[in-house]
Amino acid sequence: MQYLVSVIDDRTNSATSDERAAVDAFNEQAQADGYWVFAGGLAAPSAATVVDNRDGNAVMTDGPFLESKEYLAGFWVFEAPDFDVALRLATDGSKACNRRVEVRPFL
Amino acid sequence: MIDAGQAISQAHHEEWARVVASLTRRFGDLDIAEDAAAEAFAIAVERWPADGVPPNPGAWLTTTANRKAIDRIRRESKRDGKQKEAQMAYDDDPPEPLGAIEDERLRLIFTCCHPALAMETRMALTLRMVGGLTVAEIARAFLVQETAMGQRITRAKGKIKAARIPYRVPSAEDLPTRVSGVLSVLFLVFNEGYLATGPDTDPVRHELTAEAIRLTRLIRALLPGDGEVAGLLALMLLTEARRSARISATGELVTLVEQDRGSWDRELIAEGHYLVRERLAAGVPPGRYQLLAAINAVHTYARTVSETDWSQVVALYNQLAQLDPSPIVALNRAIAVAELDGPEVALAIVDRLDGKLAGYHAYHATRADLLRRLGRSQDSRTAYDAAIALAGNTAETAYLTRRRDQLA
Repeated sequence: MQYLVSVIDDRTNSATSDERAAVDAFNEQAQADGYWVFAGGLAAPSAATVVDNRDGNAVMTDGPFLESKEYLAGFWVFEAPDFDVALRLATDGSKACNRRVEVRPFL
Repeated sequence: MIDAGQAISQAHHEEWARVVASLTRRFGDLDIAEDAAAEAFAIAVERWPADGVPPNPGAWLTTTANRKAIDRIRRESKRDGKQKEAQMAYDDDPPEPLGAIEDERLRLIFTCCHPALAMETRMALTLRMVGGLTVAEIARAFLVQETAMGQRITRAKGKIKAARIPYRVPSAEDLPTRVSGVLSVLFLVFNEGYLATGPDTDPVRHELTAEAIRLTRLIRALLPGDGEVAGLLALMLLTEARRSARISATGELVTLVEQDRGSWDRELIAEGHYLVRERLAAGVPPGRYQLLAAINAVHTYARTVSETDWSQVVALYNQLAQLDPSPIVALNRAIAVAELDGPEVALAIVDRLDGKLAGYHAYHATRADLLRRLGRSQDSRTAYDAAIALAGNTAETAYLTRRRDQLA
């Protein structure tokens, strides 16, 4: 079962060097324990473009699909046997990156 | 000959959680387990009066519910392909690795009280799946529409399924924190029964206090070595013992000091005292519930108010304040300090809490009482007004109003 752990932030590139070191250590542990699938940080919502080609006539809109103070700043994808394990990873991940995180299962 | 109706209601009380738990374990689905359990009880209502009560009602109900669940899965698998049927055929799966303690009802309780669910959802789900209360009963208890409560429970089950919240007792390292979450759920259910809120409700709702006690007894039977479980059970019993003395014939709250101690339930008190003594003998530093139980033991030990060992009560509150430095604990401590050192000392403590408790009715009620005892009628009246505006319990409002109107 895969889980998406999203990092919630209100500033981009805001990680301090301590936070980055803690995240590196956390990532290495997650890889060593076999939970790691994929992870990444995302550029600011100001870099986003929304594309709507539902009617075959593509319209590009500058900016994110949802304007909000807080947004997705990065994420982990974990392979975990169940939700409790995913929650424990998210708990450690939140501590490491010093941000709130959201946990959601893949369908 | 046992009356079939009585046997069914007894079986419902004793076996509901076990039946639901065992089916959840087998089929991995709360909905299927609940529906099949409900069907099995419905069949019992039809059959037992005619055929007689089976020698082992629990086993009969589990077997019947299992058959009903299989019927339902067969019906559904004709629609959804053969997946579920295939899953079902592997009933002889090796058992999953066990958590710290093995009991299926315990797994069910920990699933319903999972920290990823909202607190009010945990309360509702526990009452439904473990307590066997109907959705209508739970809705009535929490003063919401039945459809809204039904949706809340359905959403919770959906989240458990979609997020794959595991059906198990947490591992030994997670157990203490998860038990404390379960105990908070049960304590909230109890308190909602004991000091019911809402302008049109009964001030005390016995069905909730009774259910909280019953479920806490169950946890106690499953985790006999846990001091806080014993402490919470003792706390509930010692509180429940005073229930009938707490509301007057005219529906007004009767404070601890004014209660008719002769009408307290001696049997519940004896059991509560036994548990408190057991915890003292254990020699382990007590947690929050054990301290609250010990405070209640001191109150219920005294035959009259004047006999109350207030210094012991204050000492216990001091210990509690170390564990839980919340302003509410400080407020309750101040009430005991008033008996030991007088209202003036207590008022000084209470006044320091102003900023944190301005929205809490008990803060204003306590101040009002202390100011009244100090002869400051005008200030007392203002405090009673503030308490009345915030109080949600009908009996409490009636009591506060009378006290205010008695001021010179």
